[in-house]
Amino acid sequence: MLGFKIERAAAPIWMRSLIPVIAILVTFILTATLVIMAGANPLEAYRYFLIAPLSSQVSALEVLVKSTPLLLTGASVAFAFAAGYWNIGSEGQLYAGAIAAAWLGIILEGVPSVVAIPLMLVGGFAAGVLWALPPALLKVKLAVDEVVTTLLLNSVILFIVSALLNGPWRDPVSGWPQSPEIAASTVFPRLIPRSRLHLGFIVALLTIAALWFILSRTALGLKMRAAGLGQEAARFAGVNVENTILTAALVSGGIAGLAGVGEVAGIHFHLIEAISPGYGYTGIIIATLGGLHAVGVGLAAIFIGLIDTGAQTVSRALGVPVYLGDVVQATLLLVTLGLFILQNYRIKRA
Amino acid sequence: MDIFLIGLIAATLRVATPLLLGTLGELFAERAGILNLGIEGTMFFGAFVGFVVGGATGSLWLGVVAAIVAGILSGLLMALLSVQLGVNQHVSGLGITLLLVGLSLFGFRLVYGEPRVPPAIEPFGRLSPFGQTPILGPLFDQYALTYIAFALVPVVWWLLYRTSFGLQIRAVGENPEAADAAGVNVFLTRYLALVVAGGLMGAAGAFLSLAQLGAFTYGIIAGRGWVCIALVIFGNWDPVRVLWGALLFGGVFALQLRLQITGLQLPYETFLALPYLVTILALAIAGRNAAYPAALLKPYKRE
Repeated sequence: MLGFKIERAAAPIWMRSLIPVIAILVTFILTATLVIMAGANPLEAYRYFLIAPLSSQVSALEVLVKSTPLLLTGASVAFAFAAGYWNIGSEGQLYAGAIAAAWLGIILEGVPSVVAIPLMLVGGFAAGVLWALPPALLKVKLAVDEVVTTLLLNSVILFIVSALLNGPWRDPVSGWPQSPEIAASTVFPRLIPRSRLHLGFIVALLTIAALWFILSRTALGLKMRAAGLGQEAARFAGVNVENTILTAALVSGGIAGLAGVGEVAGIHFHLIEAISPGYGYTGIIIATLGGLHAVGVGLAAIFIGLIDTGAQTVSRALGVPVYLGDVVQATLLLVTLGLFILQNYRIKRA
Repeated sequence: MDIFLIGLIAATLRVATPLLLGTLGELFAERAGILNLGIEGTMFFGAFVGFVVGGATGSLWLGVVAAIVAGILSGLLMALLSVQLGVNQHVSGLGITLLLVGLSLFGFRLVYGEPRVPPAIEPFGRLSPFGQTPILGPLFDQYALTYIAFALVPVVWWLLYRTSFGLQIRAVGENPEAADAAGVNVFLTRYLALVVAGGLMGAAGAFLSLAQLGAFTYGIIAGRGWVCIALVIFGNWDPVRVLWGALLFGGVFALQLRLQITGLQLPYETFLALPYLVTILALAIAGRNAAYPAALLKPYKRE
């Protein structure tokens, strides 16, 4: 006899809270091979990865700058996934928000900031909603799979951005494929002098708070979670599943749109094609790591922001390709997914 | 037939090749009950591995084989997550895509650094069995992989509908409990389906880097994997109908390349977006008639 047995039951709390720690360790062991292939020492690399960005105020604030769009795309994905709507289109909806911000940033020239900045946020949110609308309608009206349509629309909006930047919006001053610089009154104010941390970070934190409030304290949140657990059962319980999913899908798109506004009005001041290096897809990693819960999403976004910043540090200091960051993030996601099943088992004395 | 039309058809067959390979792969996975969103990354990885191995060994066919092996490994990872551990298929598939895109870009930087011009190799030549014969000559001036991809359609059909392996795949995709009761090894069947699927996806990527382009670029797949996912739905999970979908998309794509040249007063991106919009339209028309495999997305747990 072994003296113990494994049975299906909720794992004890200490076990569950240990999962992220184990996941991070396993991820670093797995990706160490790549660091060695790049001719660097893994331990040194991970010191640059995780410790160096936090060792100075400037780089620690840069982590929060990186986290700003990630908090929003993470919240966007979590909002949709919680209702069982698989919005993979946060990337495209972010671009929709960025297009709106670049446009408003031009036409709001001369409008004071107190009016212009709220209009930028509302406009970006609306653009995200608009880009999320066709797949959401196709889903609830015609049962067309939203995964495919949102993915395809991510490709389409990149063509729209390219058409704008190579056509009507090509910067008349520089001739680069970037939109004209937005008006000074539409630029997000900096929160801390000599850092790039901007108003968008506050917007992102408020969004995370709203995510928590809506999901756990409102009737809409209850309906969303019911639809996410099972549509048939939710319908049986009297939930209007179609309306609930439609709402979740559109709000999710709006939140992603806010991420695009922040990048234009807080960081770049132009629309450029590379405004997002895949923040929308990273949002899926963040929402999953965060367990679709507001606090989890917030922590995961800041951790992924740390990895993004760290990847650049490692690249500069040790010459390890910056894409190590992408590999680490994806590996962390897959390892965590694999470890999640441990939650369902506990070890008992026989 | 005029030259424009013949050129269009020939180009359609070329453009449809990677889509057909990828779509047939996805079809295998989905008929066994697994939505593999790792397809985009697997095609990207296949394009990269094929290019590196083809370039390093000087043998393009060795590159194709390496891409297939890379695709199989990706399929095994998907199987480990979705079949063995029963993890959510949407998230695990997307995670694999993110992992393989990152891994390919990492590897590309390691091997080639940051070149100003993308590295290139001498790609596959075309086979033209009809030589200079009018119509047939230019029409059948195609890559060997194109012939193979189209020949795979009846092969896949035969495999799925006329062999016990195909019956087992369809059974575990429709009703794994019943299949299990009838003595089918659900896990093994799904593993095999994902392995076949991964190999085909890898080959699809290798076609782009080793035949069509002779290069590896960051935008080499550019959403083609997602188009394959759409084509599987559009083709109602049937290999023959999937063929028509791939030809339709390939045709629209080939047509937009020619419309760009004719100098219509529209930004060329309009035409680039056209195939994607047509695909969405086709999905909307297919709508509620799409007959998803009943066990798609549902992990199987043996109690």
